[in-house]
Amino acid sequence: MLEALYRTARALPLGRPAADPAGSGILIRPAGAEAHVSLRVRDPGPSAAGLPLDRPINTVSGDARRWIARLGPDEWLIGSDEAEADALPAALAADLGERPHAIVDISHRNVGIDVSGARAAVALNAGCPLDLGEAAFPAGTATRTLLGKAEIVLIRRPGPVPLYRVECWRSFSTYVHGFLTEAARSAG
Amino acid sequence: MAQPFRLSRGGRIDRTRPVRFTFNGRTVEGVHGDSVASALLANGIHLVGRSFKYHRPRGILSHGSDEPSALLSVDRGPGRIDPNNRASVVEARDGLKTLSQNHWPSLEHDIGAINDLLSPVFVAGFYYKTFMWPKKFWDRVYEPVIRAAAGLGKAPAAPDPDRYANRHAHCEVLVVGAGPAGLAAALAAARTGKRVILADEGPEPGGALLHETSAEIDGRPAAEWLDGALAELDSRENVILLPRTTAFGYYNHNHVALAERITDHLPNPGTAPRERLWQVRAGEVVLATGSHERPLVFSDNDRPGILLAESVRVFLNRYGVAPGRRIVFATSGASAYTAALDAKGAGLAVSLVDLRAEDECGPELVELRAAGIEVLTGHTVIGAKGGKRVTGLVVAPADRAGRCGAHRLLPCDCVGMSGGWTPAVHLFSQSRGKLGYEATIDAFVPGTSAQAERSAGAAKGTYDLAACLAEGDAAGAAASGSAERRRFTASPTLTGFRPVRAMPTDADPAKVRAFVDFQNDVTAKDIGLAVREGFRSIEHVKRYTTTGMATDQGKTSNMNALGIVAGKLDTTLPSVGTTTFRPPYTPVTFGTLVGPARHALFDPIRTTPIHDWAESHGATFENVALWRRAWYFPKAGETLHDAVARECKAVREGVGIFDASTLGKIEVVGPDAAEFMNRLYINPWLKLEVGRCRYGLMLKEDGYILDDGVVARVAPDCFHVTTTTGGAARVLAHMEDYLQTEWPDLRVFLTSTTEQWAVIALQGPKARAVIAPLVGGIDLSPEAFPHMAMRSGTICGVPTRLFRVSFTGELGFEINVPSDHALAVWEAVHAAGEPYGITPYGTETMHVLRAEKGYIIVGQETDGTVTPDDVGLSGMIAKAKKDFVGKRSLVRPDVVAAGRKQLVGLVTDNPKLVLEEGAQIVDDPGQPIPMRMLGHVTSSYWSPNCGRSIAMALVADGRALQGGSLHVTTPEGFARVTVVDPVFFDPKGKRIHA
Repeated sequence: MLEALYRTARALPLGRPAADPAGSGILIRPAGAEAHVSLRVRDPGPSAAGLPLDRPINTVSGDARRWIARLGPDEWLIGSDEAEADALPAALAADLGERPHAIVDISHRNVGIDVSGARAAVALNAGCPLDLGEAAFPAGTATRTLLGKAEIVLIRRPGPVPLYRVECWRSFSTYVHGFLTEAARSAG
Repeated sequence: MAQPFRLSRGGRIDRTRPVRFTFNGRTVEGVHGDSVASALLANGIHLVGRSFKYHRPRGILSHGSDEPSALLSVDRGPGRIDPNNRASVVEARDGLKTLSQNHWPSLEHDIGAINDLLSPVFVAGFYYKTFMWPKKFWDRVYEPVIRAAAGLGKAPAAPDPDRYANRHAHCEVLVVGAGPAGLAAALAAARTGKRVILADEGPEPGGALLHETSAEIDGRPAAEWLDGALAELDSRENVILLPRTTAFGYYNHNHVALAERITDHLPNPGTAPRERLWQVRAGEVVLATGSHERPLVFSDNDRPGILLAESVRVFLNRYGVAPGRRIVFATSGASAYTAALDAKGAGLAVSLVDLRAEDECGPELVELRAAGIEVLTGHTVIGAKGGKRVTGLVVAPADRAGRCGAHRLLPCDCVGMSGGWTPAVHLFSQSRGKLGYEATIDAFVPGTSAQAERSAGAAKGTYDLAACLAEGDAAGAAASGSAERRRFTASPTLTGFRPVRAMPTDADPAKVRAFVDFQNDVTAKDIGLAVREGFRSIEHVKRYTTTGMATDQGKTSNMNALGIVAGKLDTTLPSVGTTTFRPPYTPVTFGTLVGPARHALFDPIRTTPIHDWAESHGATFENVALWRRAWYFPKAGETLHDAVARECKAVREGVGIFDASTLGKIEVVGPDAAEFMNRLYINPWLKLEVGRCRYGLMLKEDGYILDDGVVARVAPDCFHVTTTTGGAARVLAHMEDYLQTEWPDLRVFLTSTTEQWAVIALQGPKARAVIAPLVGGIDLSPEAFPHMAMRSGTICGVPTRLFRVSFTGELGFEINVPSDHALAVWEAVHAAGEPYGITPYGTETMHVLRAEKGYIIVGQETDGTVTPDDVGLSGMIAKAKKDFVGKRSLVRPDVVAAGRKQLVGLVTDNPKLVLEEGAQIVDDPGQPIPMRMLGHVTSSYWSPNCGRSIAMALVADGRALQGGSLHVTTPEGFARVTVVDPVFFDPKGKRIHA
């Protein structure tokens, strides 16, 4: 019975709160159970497990089901469907072979929150000091930054309305979600 | 209509929308568009407060944020009261309650006014001179009395129910001030398509244009031009126009802080935040902050009814209010003539006194006389008549040498005074730009810039309307990289003045009360006294007399004060210099600075996946760094002592379960991982087998202990490192620092896994029996899985890294599982342990159990000056290693010298006495004071398992004192203790290997 529990019922820290907790038109949706991998590799080559490793720093590639954000010269954050949790690290390791690297499962460390809506950037700017304007932070941008007093990774995905993914550590997720909710209330 | 001083027409107010508020309980009626000041004046109320020091009756001096006197307490409802609001900037609205300050029993009759009669005593530096002796009176008498009398207004006592917001914003051009120069700048910048933020402190953008009723711009009335400019800015998507927003602080890299007031002016604020802090990072900044008018310094120049001349004009033209029916303008410059003309145009009785001689005056003189206004040129003001309201002005002819002729009384109920203009260079000064003195306009103006900013208009000393517009346009265009320049035509502005510091007078100087700084009650005499007493630096004069201090920051007073000092020292103004302008430009609420960082958002509160279980099982929590950890689990009626005693017994006799998830964890991976570990820790790592653990000790370069923790080798190229809870971030940063700067050649990668793994510690003789049925793929037998080993497998079907380690001295396991599964595993383990009486325990029990075993806690037994040998751990140092971080420091002379404090155990003669942590230790309590202190108690507990108190201590040469006696301070005196080995329980360590 407990075997079945692993894989199907991760106790996510934020549960399933309302999508628009502030009633502001800014949607703040905690992501479901996902797989996250921290990939560190020097001299990475063009790709691994089908994910590009040659894109510029501070960009994200892929789609919502499988994405890779380059956070530094030798550092990537990878997100994917939970179903890939075992296969993806193995595929990465196989492709990287003898290149010195680290593939660390951080699926339970990272918590994702999707923030979307025309005024999403305004809410994020309540705590994120970066310029989130079109020119400075177009869709496809990803960076490590701050939201209030929490460290986050901020990713902007393409879409008809502005769509951001905020990634933070598990124990900061209550604060980050609360901060975003309060920010959305004050975004008018 | 109540409002007897409301003009029948004119002004940017809506006479059809009345507003009602109270002033000291009396209902005041105004109209929409009024400030509190204009509504009070419309009702003939001039006396609105008592001054800070002398409790003199004070009125409204100004129409803007430079108002020094009319400071009111404003009550917007329960919990929403704050003091020291400038009546001139608070918008009148229904339901406000305003109160005057600094008087008792009432504004009209104030006992404190005795201070004014005693003013010859309360000179500058009065406190310093008077309260020197006897010395011991300071703490008990003088300071409490002075503190009680000091301060202005009452701080609110109730929690602030409002919400406050914060917003970071970026733009290419930030324009501060929406007067003519700022508007022209914003228009020019906006037309380039770049992002522009235009902030103005007023409820309505426009600045001086809001009361400009006669001037024309580009052939149109100024008000029409203003409407057009605002409409254009409003239509542009790239412009953010922020009214009611004060740029109050200018920091590095064009980081400018703005305070936006969102709801105070609304009778029904709804759910919007009250105020918002904007943190703007601007590519370029245009400062169009305008200028402040200077008061004239003459005897009793602070009487209610005496206003700044331009402020009289503002009340007339913008608010449709006559501050009096019979107005005397007193001036040393041209701008007051415009005000006099407008007052005459409003049908009021007007005369004008000008210190300048006929030949110094410009075309304004002819214009005024043509309008039928009496002008007395070459006249000084000797003083004002009246107490709670001015009744007349005593004037006299004065020649350039200051000799005064026959006095003449000009009866009046209002005075408009003008001593010239001072550019508002506060923000420029905060930006660290260098001010330059411009003699032709007697003002400090922006000189060399330190940041990407430029000033325009009156802020730069340009007072002519057309010139302000052109300068603003040029600044906006330059700031946005545009080469386009516009031309403006506008009616000429009457400008120019003769600088005057204190008006010539023939009165006895000792009796003259001529105020320079209205807010801080500083007179010209006080400044003279400071100079006579030897103060030369303007910064010292400022502090001695308090001129230009506090929220005023010298807005109205600065130039007069500087000029008086220069005059007394017989030197020039630039050589006196000016004081530093400090942020904020005007007061900012604490709420705005705090923003949303209150309650749950004050700081992130980090909780573990097991937190909710602990909470529902009655745990009491303690803060450890940002974490909230279960401290102990009291059952009904138990104290901390009872609960900890029960938990300690349970672990030693059965099994306890403890949430250790907060332990820092770092995955150290790479071909050179072992070498990296070898260099960072004092221990050897190369030969540690896969699947085995080691207690690691890490030093800083200085040889002192930085952190510790158990490390497991997961694979030849992978270590699972644990750190202390509080040290996790510090250790990772320390590791990264070395990896990136010292050993970039090492192929190692560090990843924080603190939150990937939750840790369930299961400790006690029954631990193995509890988990045996739950674990898969791991042989738990002591032979296959000895102490200090790590195995990967499953527990409850969840993958685990199972550590056999112990911080209690008992058989123990630390079950690492992915965080989202931790609660389910915890509950399963707890259920499996119930037959064994499994007991959840908290950090307090953890501390006691480890102390019974003499295990140190970094930060408790160590304090950043403790070496491995000091705590008896030098045996862990890998002797064969050529180097590790801190190694060389371990042979420093002071580290190897005798007499260092060493970790020992202490037992008290009285077994029930629990020493205080931090208590000092001496050998002979009879020795004379100051005694020689040998060390201090680092940990001290009641040990249920030893049946007595135990303590650990750092004592000079402590290990050699084993068996001897020492004495420890207690609140009741000295307690005798015996020095023992710090392992109090199971000294042979048999239990851990069970």
